Amino acid sequence: MAAKIAYDDIEIGTELPAKAFPVTRATLVQYAGASGDFNPIHWNEKFALEVGLPDVIAHGMFTMAEAIRVVTDWAGDPGAVVEYGVRFTKPVVVPNDDKGATIEVSAKVAAKLDDKQVRVDLLAKSNDQKVLGMSRAVVRLT
Amino acid sequence: MALDQSFVGRSYPPTDPYEVGREKIREFAVAVGDANPAYTDPEAAKALGHPDVVAPPTFVFSITYRAAGLVISDPQLGLDYSRVVHGDQKFAYTRPVHAGDRLTVTSTIENIKSMAGNDILDIRGEVHDAAGEHVVTAWTKLVARAAGTTTAKAADATAKTSDNAAEGA
Repeated sequence: MAAKIAYDDIEIGTELPAKAFPVTRATLVQYAGASGDFNPIHWNEKFALEVGLPDVIAHGMFTMAEAIRVVTDWAGDPGAVVEYGVRFTKPVVVPNDDKGATIEVSAKVAAKLDDKQVRVDLLAKSNDQKVLGMSRAVVRLT
Repeated sequence: MALDQSFVGRSYPPTDPYEVGREKIREFAVAVGDANPAYTDPEAAKALGHPDVVAPPTFVFSITYRAAGLVISDPQLGLDYSRVVHGDQKFAYTRPVHAGDRLTVTSTIENIKSMAGNDILDIRGEVHDAAGEHVVTAWTKLVARAAGTTTAKAADATAKTSDNAAEGA
């Protein structure tokens, strides 16, 4: 593992560069194919409405995949991620238009642990709503 | 109907090996829009100390969730899959998944709870490589919403019951 961030340079409260990830219906179709998750709530509006959703929603695992990019882009080496967990609190609603939705992710170092590891707490929002709860990663720095 | 508590602790047989390919990793990285060269360029991955391109952290879910299908579709357990939403997800890595891995998954039911008519099922998937070494553990919390509720309402219920659980912990 070769993270490009040095443990000694990091303090509790250090903010990671925030990012915004666009997601359209085309994104969801592509993710369905790559992940093998073809649940129609992620691409079929009629089905989504029938089961009580406001519209097509993004795969929770897609949102989870985007959120950790704030950490892996910062650390450089994706292999530096030791733990990663989230709670799916609200769906990311993806309208059928040119804009789609945006997932905004910010993160900061919440704790310094042993073995050059830090705990990073993530905040993921879409349409001003928190879409992930208890979103945390443990990362091994150099 | 509440799920049978006696299933807590039950493990299912290891899956047949899943062979991780470079192009499957590339396809996944492209789908999530991640241009990190460690996912697509073997030399870039080797420069970081990996034997081949590595998979993004959540890639392995496709493999563990397929394995969890053994639990989900177990007729003895009797989970109604049409009512299931994904509550929580967590991974703990011994090392990143990389191209060339042949991964098997052993799924275990860690917990079963019933709250407000919702069945809450915690499944742990232990992922090992061809040498039998641990690679990653995936914990998946599934919520089978009470009959008569919609997915959206169940998602709210998930958040509430999970928060309560967290407060109680």
